[in-house]
Amino acid sequence: MSEFPATRHSIVAAIRSPQPDVRRTAFDALATAYWKPVFKYVRLKWHASPDDAADLTQGFFLRAFEKDFFAGFDPARARFRTYLRTCLDGYVSNTRKADARLKRGGGVTLVPIDVDEAERELQLQAGNAIDDFDAYFHREWLRGLFAAAAARLKDACAARGRLERFTAFEQYDLAGDDAGRPTYAELARRLGLSTIDVTNELAAARREFRRFVLEALREQCATDEEFEAESRALTG
Amino acid sequence: MIPEPAIDRLSAMFRSPDVTGTRYELVSILGRGGMGVVYLARDTALDREVALKIFDRAPGDANEARLIARLEHPGIVPVHDFGELPDGRQFYAMKLVRGDRLDRWMGAGRDISERLGVFLRVCDAVAFAHAHGVVHRDLKPANVMVGEFGEVLVLDWGIAAELTNADSGLRPSTSSGRPEALEGRTSDSGSRGRDSIVGTPEYMAPEQARGDAGVDHRADVFALGAMLAGIAAGSAPVVAIARKAQSPDPASRYQSVAALAADVNRYLAGRAVEAHREPLVDRLVRIGRRHRLPILLVLTYMAARVLLLYFFRV
Repeated sequence: MSEFPATRHSIVAAIRSPQPDVRRTAFDALATAYWKPVFKYVRLKWHASPDDAADLTQGFFLRAFEKDFFAGFDPARARFRTYLRTCLDGYVSNTRKADARLKRGGGVTLVPIDVDEAERELQLQAGNAIDDFDAYFHREWLRGLFAAAAARLKDACAARGRLERFTAFEQYDLAGDDAGRPTYAELARRLGLSTIDVTNELAAARREFRRFVLEALREQCATDEEFEAESRALTG
Repeated sequence: MIPEPAIDRLSAMFRSPDVTGTRYELVSILGRGGMGVVYLARDTALDREVALKIFDRAPGDANEARLIARLEHPGIVPVHDFGELPDGRQFYAMKLVRGDRLDRWMGAGRDISERLGVFLRVCDAVAFAHAHGVVHRDLKPANVMVGEFGEVLVLDWGIAAELTNADSGLRPSTSSGRPEALEGRTSDSGSRGRDSIVGTPEYMAPEQARGDAGVDHRADVFALGAMLAGIAAGSAPVVAIARKAQSPDPASRYQSVAALAADVNRYLAGRAVEAHREPLVDRLVRIGRRHRLPILLVLTYMAARVLLLYFFRV
């Protein structure tokens, strides 16, 4: 598949590195990608308060780092995020049984969790009924993947002095309801471009966004096989 | 936070076919047609929008594009280009027609003569295809587009077939080597299976539904009859024309689209139609409407004569 980004390393694979600094960097990247889905999942599935969910999230990543949870992942048996969620369920269940607050990581900050931001997002999602927490976790992971790719797109556009490309993408493709989306002509007026330019900028932005999503996905997969399976699932 | 509709939109974008290496960029889905999906696309070379049909499976669907390209008629959407995607699936680009599908267009309070005018233009296009040995096999209002400037185009020739000769059966437009009538989809949006029948049930002639070997252009006459039934708006002669076109036995239908169109034209001209034996009163009313002026003149003349006779006698 020509779109496979070959140059980026898998952070899931790097987490098994014998070199502590490589492991730590990979772990941080993984925690950055997953902390929000983990936090929201714990809040909703385990009915945790915001403070409790923040403690459990920190504790989970701390425990995972100390005990090398993720090194035990076997890509032949499951997707990484399924493995992570299973580990998380086990951790929360055991921790609640033990009810040992300090063991949850209380007082220790391994992952920079922005509780306010996550709570704001949960407020926005409050009307959505959840009947399948596996699907919910997947959806939150996908939201994080798209958000990471959008951030990379923004940086890339800014670095090339083409921020209007990202703005067009943000206002058109990242918009909420279709009813609130601008037309190409409205977007052209806002950005001081022609309608044809908007079409071209959007097409280019989508191409780059696609590449960044696959790149971020590649980093989160342990093997080429897992990546191919994940990208097939994503691309239908 | 990326909102829910954007996640759906971006996920859909990922599920769209990869058109890298072609001159097209996909914009949105216009609809699902026979054997593939039709996208609104931008032709970056000519900087214009086109309709791009991408087939569901590869290879062997090239004949559809070639078949339509052969049918140069104002009522048949023209093909601009044909090619292959990186995943091996084939596509063709055609003119983008802006307007309404016939089923939606008819819902906008059109009177029967306006509807029949559009129907006759569909008949023109289909008769042209028949004259070139092509049977559409999936005629229905959703496959007819009424453009912004009044143009009428028959779309979606995805399951069309070529007549091997004027009277004896069809050759499929695909290169699969067996009649496509036995291997395609069951409806325009339904599932596909090699043993199902192509077409749309409400518009499908019985012989086509059975997968008979001898299906010919009269299957399209049946579908046009089904379309006409939706246009009839309670008019007895039009209902009769539609019923005749939909006779279960092909031999009892109009034997050509031209014959069907001729009967509709007779109705529009206020003349008796072949398919309808009208009651005497209806016939007199129809004749009265058709010859309103001469009848009025004769009646006026006769009334004047009566009055003159009356006054002279008094």
